[in-house]
This record gives sequence, structure tokens and C-alpha cells, in this order.
Amino acid sequence: MGEKILMKGNEAIGEAAIRVGCHFYFGYPITPQSELAAYMSKKLPKIKNAAFIQAESEIIAINMVYGAASTGARTMTSSSSTGISLKQEGISFIACAELPCVIVNMQRGGPGLGSIQPGQADYFQATKGGGHGDYHLIVLAPSSVQELVDLTMDAFDLADKYTNPAMILGDGLIGQMMESVEFKERKKIDLPDKKGWILTGCKGRKKYCIVPFNMDPYEMEKVNFKIQEKYNKLKEREVRYEAVNLDNADLIIVAYGTVARIAKTVIQNAKSEGINIGLIRPITLFPFPESIIAEASKKVNKFLVVEMSLGQMVEDVKLAVNGKAEINFYGRVGGVVPTQSEILNEIKKYLK
Amino acid sequence: MLERMIISGFGGQGIMLMGRLLAYAAMLEGKNVAWMPSYGPEMRGGTANCTVLISKEEIGSPIVSHPKTLIAMNQPSLDKFEPNVNEDGLIILNDSLIERKLSRNDVNVIRIPADDIADKLGNSRAANMVVLGAYVKKSGVVKMETIFKALEKALTGRNQKLMDINKKALKQGAELVKQ
Repeated sequence: MGEKILMKGNEAIGEAAIRVGCHFYFGYPITPQSELAAYMSKKLPKIKNAAFIQAESEIIAINMVYGAASTGARTMTSSSSTGISLKQEGISFIACAELPCVIVNMQRGGPGLGSIQPGQADYFQATKGGGHGDYHLIVLAPSSVQELVDLTMDAFDLADKYTNPAMILGDGLIGQMMESVEFKERKKIDLPDKKGWILTGCKGRKKYCIVPFNMDPYEMEKVNFKIQEKYNKLKEREVRYEAVNLDNADLIIVAYGTVARIAKTVIQNAKSEGINIGLIRPITLFPFPESIIAEASKKVNKFLVVEMSLGQMVEDVKLAVNGKAEINFYGRVGGVVPTQSEILNEIKKYLK
Repeated sequence: MLERMIISGFGGQGIMLMGRLLAYAAMLEGKNVAWMPSYGPEMRGGTANCTVLISKEEIGSPIVSHPKTLIAMNQPSLDKFEPNVNEDGLIILNDSLIERKLSRNDVNVIRIPADDIADKLGNSRAANMVVLGAYVKKSGVVKMETIFKALEKALTGRNQKLMDINKKALKQGAELVKQ
């Protein structure tokens, strides 16, 4: 603990997961996140009663997660964009059955098979449900390898706390990148006891059922209300963001993950040209940090949302600002990463 | 930003390792580092490159479009990245595999006959370490001692026997650089 090590993003996720007791990983390889599966395949077989399985498809992998989560075990799967699409039915089932698990999406360029370079065009899929029915994932968006570690650990706690699947939404760049990381000692937090629902054999006790349905619509409606209540609590308690240089900013960039890092360099470059830029970086994409954005829009009247998509998170920013400020958008897609000079040029257009 | 560099060559020349050693050494010296491989539908013998950023401050964008330093281990790498190097930047090139002159005259250049030196040392695969040695001496971004430490971390198991040749190659490279 405490020692700095140089690690690739994808491998750092694996190490973080194992350190918080995730002993079950099910996946199917896909660039640019295969190092995570490879890491788990090396480490998990050395741990007693742990399992790594390369499933025959993404669909099987997510259903293995469903099964393992039903027993109360910490479990994870990972993929990239097109592979995450295949998992959507399973994810909807897990959300309905109210089971905790962690799903990692290291996004690549889309749509379709797309490209293997970084992307952020799965924002809608990640934050608005993704599969069918009214549900949300808890969505965390790391922007450094250290944050991949910290947020992966937090994702397991949040999933357990709210008995809801959590997603790490990264991209190929942050997964492939190496940075120094520290596996810090974690504070003990109180998590709900799983004993009341986990399937461990019903000898000597009442039987439990974990099902993703109820044939009585009124009962099914109650299931929906119950799940919705958790999302309200998430919005009240778990919103996270980073705010940089908001005071006296001429314009505020809203960006997450890899793009937010690039934005930080933009802020520095702009400063040397006498332009004052702020940044709001959502760390939780669901729940979305709408209050800070709304608050900032009272003081700064120009925003630029930058994404590796053609405009997805920008919709949530518009909802938060609610017409009180000018919202502009800049995006690159298909695996193209926007550069700092491109973004600065874009900013200058709006500050004329 | 202390360093913002691109290292480029053929797959198999140990390009990624050069970058990783440098990043690791800089981390050991307490700096912030980021290392990024080029990744794509790569194949053996194809081109490979990585970027290394070293800074005392938080590293923002990991994208290096205009490097301060370019290490070109073969001709296609020089062709691809030479135009983007910062004015007054540094290009270290592998003279054994690059015959042409630079087109730029506003950058510093060091030519290292890396393959020839490595051959003489008895292992042509150490050419990358010859160039890394030259870079470390020239830039002073990290100490040679720390590169040795990083090397000890990187060469484990059956590769440990390669420690000596790698150290020799690093030292020889450094000796070629004056100042």
C-alpha cells in the first residue's frame, strides 16, 4: 500500500477490482480493453474460490455475472462499445432483479463495429438505461489511471449500497495509457447486509427468489417505483464532479474522461493568451451533476461542451442550464480525439 | 512540462520498452508521467510508436501532436514525425538505418549508429538501449542510475541475464553525446 507503480489503465481496473474483493470475472475479448480480461485470467486462478471465465460471447458473460451476483459475490464484466451493446438485455435483467455488479465499458469509435480508437459515443446508452425498461446504471467516468483505480473500487461499494449495477465508462485511450498509480488504504464504510436476499441454498430457511419480472402489472409497477426511489437517492447523495477555475471564467468547458484532461491543457494554453477558461468535469454521469452546472450558468453565460460524440452529454448540460446561458458544442467521432489547439480555436469563435 | 516525446520505429525494436523505462524512471524520481502506445491493427514488423510525457505538474492532455523530442529508430518514423517536432526541439535518430539528411534546420539533431554499436556489443537487439542512453545523457530528464533501476524492474526471470548487455549499451550511447 502507498507505493507508486506504473500501470496500464486496463490492468489497473483489474487490480483495483481484485483488491476490493471482486473474485468473479466473466468476459469476452475486444480491443481496446482486452488487457483487463488478460489481467484477470492471470490473477484470479491464483485466488481460492475465485473464477475467471472467458465466455463464448458477451451475452453469456453478462448472464454469468447475473448468476454470480445472485449469490452475493462481487462480480464484474468488461467490454467495449459494440460488445456492451450485446450485454444490454442482461443488464436490464440485473437492474430489475436489483443485483449489484460492475460493468466496464472502455469505449471505442462507433456506431456499428466502428473503429478501435477511443470514443465517447456510448453516453446515451450508459446513462439513459441502455437496455429496455425504466432503469439506470450508476455511471462513473474516470479521467486518469489513478481515477480508474479509485472509481473501480467505489463502483463496487456503490453497487452494493444501492443493489444496482454500476458502470465504469472509460475509453480506449485511458485504458491503453500507463500512469503511476497508488492503491491507497480505503476507509471502511457500512454496506447493507446481503443476507436477506442472496441465493446460497435454502436449507433451514425460507426460500428466496430473484426474478426480473412480475406477471401482475400492479406488482410490476411497484418494482419500478422501488427502483426509481433508488435513483432519487443517488441524485441526492452521490453526485460527483471536479470544478476548475470557475470564478471569472469567460467560458466554461464541460467535458468528462479523456476529453476533460485535454480541456485542462486547453485552460493552461488559453491562460497564456489572456483567456480565462473554466472546467466542469462530471465524475458521475449518472447521477449527473446538474446543480453545479446550473449554479455556474448564473455567473458565466458561455459554455462549450466537448465530447468524442456528436452531441450526447450536451443534452444534459442544456437541461441543467435551462436556457440561462449559451451552450455550444464541439465533438470528434469515429475514434478521433480532439486536440487542445482545435478546442482552443473553437473557444475563440465564441469569445469574439 | 519537462518532456513531451515520441519514440518510433519498427515493431520488434523495443520502442515500447524504451518509453516504459523512461516513464518508470521519471516516476521513481517523483515526477508525473504518462505513457501511451500507438494502438491499431498492428502487425509484426510494422511501425510502432509511443509517447511519453514527464512533468512536475498534473499531466493534462496525453496527446502529443508537436513533440519536444523525437526518437526515430528507422526511416519511416523520421518521415512521419520530423515535420511536427517543435522548433528548437531535439531529434535523435538511428544512423544505422537512416541514410537521409534532415529536412529541418531549426531543430537539434544527434545521429547514433545504434545497430552498429549494438552489433559490436554482441546483441543487435540492444540498439534501443544505445539510443536511450544517448537521450538520457543529452536531456538530463532522468538520471542514468534511475534508468538502471527501472531496467532491473523490467528484466525479470529469464531476461535477467540481459542486464549487463543493456547497461553496456546505455553507457555506450551516453558516451557518444558530448556535454
